[in-house]
Amino acid sequence: MSQLTAPPKTDAPAGAMPNSYATGRLPRFVPWTILGGSFIIMIAVFALFASADPEGGFNAPGTVFLSVVLYGIVIYFVARMIEGPRRAKDRLVTTLVTLAFVIALLPLVSLLSTVVLNGTARLDVTFFTNSMRNVVGEGGGALHAITGTLLMTGAAAIISIPIGLLTSIYLVEYGRGRLAQAITFFVDVMTGIPSIVAGLFAYTLFVIIFGPGIRLGIAGAIALAVLMIPVVVRSSEEMLRLVPNELREAAFALGVPKWLVVLKVVLPTSIAGLTTGIMLSISRVIGETAPLLVAAGYTNNMNYDLLEGRMQSLPVFVYSSYVSQGTEAQAYLDRAWTGALTLILIVMALNLLARFIARAFSPKLSR
Amino acid sequence: MSKRIEVNDLNVYYSKFLAVEGVSLTIEPRSVTAFIGPSGCGKSTFLRTLNRMHEVIPGARVEGEVLVDGDDLYGAGVDPVLVRRQVGMVFQRPNPFPTMSIRENVLAGVTLNNRRMSRSEADELVESSLQGANLWNEVKDRLDRPGSGLSGGQQQRLCIARAIAVSPDILLMDEPCSALDPISTLAIEDLIEELKKEYTIVIVTHNMQQASRVSDRTAFFNIAGTGKPGKLIEYDDTNTIFTQPSVQATEDYVSGRFG
Repeated sequence: MSQLTAPPKTDAPAGAMPNSYATGRLPRFVPWTILGGSFIIMIAVFALFASADPEGGFNAPGTVFLSVVLYGIVIYFVARMIEGPRRAKDRLVTTLVTLAFVIALLPLVSLLSTVVLNGTARLDVTFFTNSMRNVVGEGGGALHAITGTLLMTGAAAIISIPIGLLTSIYLVEYGRGRLAQAITFFVDVMTGIPSIVAGLFAYTLFVIIFGPGIRLGIAGAIALAVLMIPVVVRSSEEMLRLVPNELREAAFALGVPKWLVVLKVVLPTSIAGLTTGIMLSISRVIGETAPLLVAAGYTNNMNYDLLEGRMQSLPVFVYSSYVSQGTEAQAYLDRAWTGALTLILIVMALNLLARFIARAFSPKLSR
Repeated sequence: MSKRIEVNDLNVYYSKFLAVEGVSLTIEPRSVTAFIGPSGCGKSTFLRTLNRMHEVIPGARVEGEVLVDGDDLYGAGVDPVLVRRQVGMVFQRPNPFPTMSIRENVLAGVTLNNRRMSRSEADELVESSLQGANLWNEVKDRLDRPGSGLSGGQQQRLCIARAIAVSPDILLMDEPCSALDPISTLAIEDLIEELKKEYTIVIVTHNMQQASRVSDRTAFFNIAGTGKPGKLIEYDDTNTIFTQPSVQATEDYVSGRFG
């Protein structure tokens, strides 16, 4: 954190006048020394606490946190004495900003490490080749849940990407007046729908057709699509608005009809942003549990058919493994963690794919 | 290829706001006409009505008639897309398509319209358009590089090449040099001089030296005040406008006494 505030190099030859702009600065090693010192002090303090209360043990996060706080206070006063109030404030704020960044990152790192540590136990071939059919104790896998998740999310994407994309094109390129305002308003409302409501909507829709108790993969897909459409509309709308009007005008001035301008100028220019937005919306719905539990149900069996029978998905697999642990609780818990890890890996793969696509299609700016 | 423009009593509105009032003028084929006047006086707005580009702005509409060789651009059943194919336009800021290479940019008018063209025809069109825009020698070795990698002046000439590649009858230029350095400006002014042989050119400019250098005739626009409509004050030979204008306001403007 001292890199930002490090003084510029002064390569003045020996005996020459020192650079007057470089005087009155703390030497570069000082902030690091203070940081190290505050760590040593806090480790000592917390070691004392730990020895007084052996049950509690050593509190590592507390040590780190209070060390940084101590560092902020000390560096502020030291810098104020030597460098003046402006530099002192700069160093204090640098410390605060870095601290905020570390705090924001901690839960993420903690979550990832927990999932990886607990999830690797069952990260084996069986997990990806078996379903849970006739498994009561150890063994078994989540193939049925993985296929279910991929099938339902894929179907939801197929439903919602065209609808969402076309809606955003309408809003940006064609929509004027009341209708466009109404659509924007309803999209905003839809963004706020609790996911369980989307699940209930899809379920009741299919109950009307097939009668009560129906659970179908396609119902889950529709529930996910309801959640996905507003996200796609919103993100694509932003991306399409980013396309400079000058490009549209340039195309119009060449005598290109509007639909071709949209198809061949606006969409290619914004394709990178559009893919990113769509991938983010997929990541948003792929982890949904509640609507799938309601609309697609729960099963231990393999089901490839969206239109027939219940369908398992990874979030529901994790949830049900956790809530209804069988005779061997640990086996169920392990499977739940590995399911969670698999889900994270899938989302990560999708994001990497989005990055790749975005890079491949983005406007070429190099000379 | 080049055509005469006749404008009769044209009013331009943005929703209810009257932006340009009562313009009537005739632009001869194979000539360069410059529009000058203070900012906000409606030069660009009027220029855009000559190829119906103002319709891109919501709420903009026009009263009166614009005749291109006798055909009214605002007659019933006129397709603005067809109008824009006949009346090309170059904008203030160079705007090559960022997703396309230099070659694709020149061919944009063809490819964007889904027209098919053989490889040799396309090569020929690219070369002749870039030659026409005085850019061929600078870019012939890197036609497949992105158009946005060129310098500002080159980009603007690329845009001119793109505009003349669809072989329009008339070329409108909305302050084509205002974002360019003097050398690029000179290149474009030379180019205008050459293009004049084939096209009717209308250019909006804030630079009065430029107007006097490149144009045959000059139109001076002015507004009485903010919120008032812009009007055509005087339209005459460029020499007359700059040496002995008949209206006091024109003389004040071209001699730099106001505006």
